[in-house]
Amino acid sequence: MQLQVNGKTRQVQREDELLLWVLRDELGLTGTHYGCGIGICGSCTVLVDGQVTRSCLTPVASVAGKAVTTLEGLARTGRDGAVTLHPVQQAFVENPLQCGWCLPGHVMSAVALLNANPAPTPEQIDDSAGINLCRCGGYNNVRKAVARAAELKRGGL
Amino acid sequence: MYPANFDYQKAASVDAALKAMADNPELKIIAGGHSLLPAMKLRLAQPPALLDIFNLEELKGIKEDGDFYVVGAMTTHADVMRSHLPLFPEVAGWVGDPMVRNRGTIGGSLAHADPSADYPAAALATGAEFVIRGLGGERTVGADEMFLGMFESAVEAGELLTHIRIPKGITASVYEKYRHPASHYAIVGVAMARHADGQIRAAYTGAAEKAARLPKLEERLNAGQDAGTGLVEGADMLGDRFASAEFRAHLVDVLSDRAAKRLG
Repeated sequence: MQLQVNGKTRQVQREDELLLWVLRDELGLTGTHYGCGIGICGSCTVLVDGQVTRSCLTPVASVAGKAVTTLEGLARTGRDGAVTLHPVQQAFVENPLQCGWCLPGHVMSAVALLNANPAPTPEQIDDSAGINLCRCGGYNNVRKAVARAAELKRGGL
Repeated sequence: MYPANFDYQKAASVDAALKAMADNPELKIIAGGHSLLPAMKLRLAQPPALLDIFNLEELKGIKEDGDFYVVGAMTTHADVMRSHLPLFPEVAGWVGDPMVRNRGTIGGSLAHADPSADYPAAALATGAEFVIRGLGGERTVGADEMFLGMFESAVEAGELLTHIRIPKGITASVYEKYRHPASHYAIVGVAMARHADGQIRAAYTGAAEKAARLPKLEERLNAGQDAGTGLVEGADMLGDRFASAEFRAHLVDVLSDRAAKRLG
């Protein structure tokens, strides 16, 4: 079957697999992390047609024809090869987390949040960040990073 | 967390799904998969084969039919939230988290009949009807006959819940919920709706082995009285490490009072 990932059409062999394992094992997109595997931790979060989705609970066949966006699809590479990070990525570089395991999920959730709501309140940021578990307790930096990302996005970065 | 091996196929239509279920009684229907897949990974469920109905267009979206809104079973919680249905959008906003709401479906949740799910209370308070199709034809089940027990609904083997019919004319509705802080399931939820004839219907979820109406509360509110206390006196409440049976019964009273005040 065919899968739309990060703006490209990819050929996928395993139709009876979960999206997470197709992304990681078949397409080599290991930016999407495997955490709990049972839909609790949020580290496998990707966007499907712009909506936050747990790839560990999503059969790949059910997203055929839909636009899947992973962490690897956020940064832009210019003609000169220079990489421009997505504002959310840039903001997390400035406000990093400790071990980073949950980070891809946090980034994807923040991207979806800011697409829907360019100027979230601190409460809305906390609400959104709460769907991604961080065992290092990095939520203060998540809060700062998402607010910073909103600022960067408004500045047109 | 890996599930046991299973076969997977996508259904081409409701009719094809019903035929496939008749051919293989062990076939398990998968919708959004946000209850079933965790259960499979925890090996609480080991169906040998899954039939995916999530993408069936005939089961998506909200239409109108006379005095009813007709909601396709595969309409996601996120779509219910954005709809103009009575009561259900508020309830859908309380379901799980954004990822659950983007994948989970109203029909999947209602057929699953989790005693801590939010929708059953809404279905009971609105007097929703359930359209259930089998190879032999279609039948309609009222909300009061839908929830039979823990994880047990009126949908029988070989049948599919295809649509939920929600009556029009509800003039006011509220949902009050005390949720588990991690799972976001209802420890107790109370739904309330004022119907076209002015009568109030109320129901709770999360507190017992199945969602149920609150006859004592309805009687008091419809007589112009306050919600009061002792609303589920004598009923068999759930008690677990999250909340004792006594605490759940107390929460039913507290949330009913809040809901009645908000309903006005």
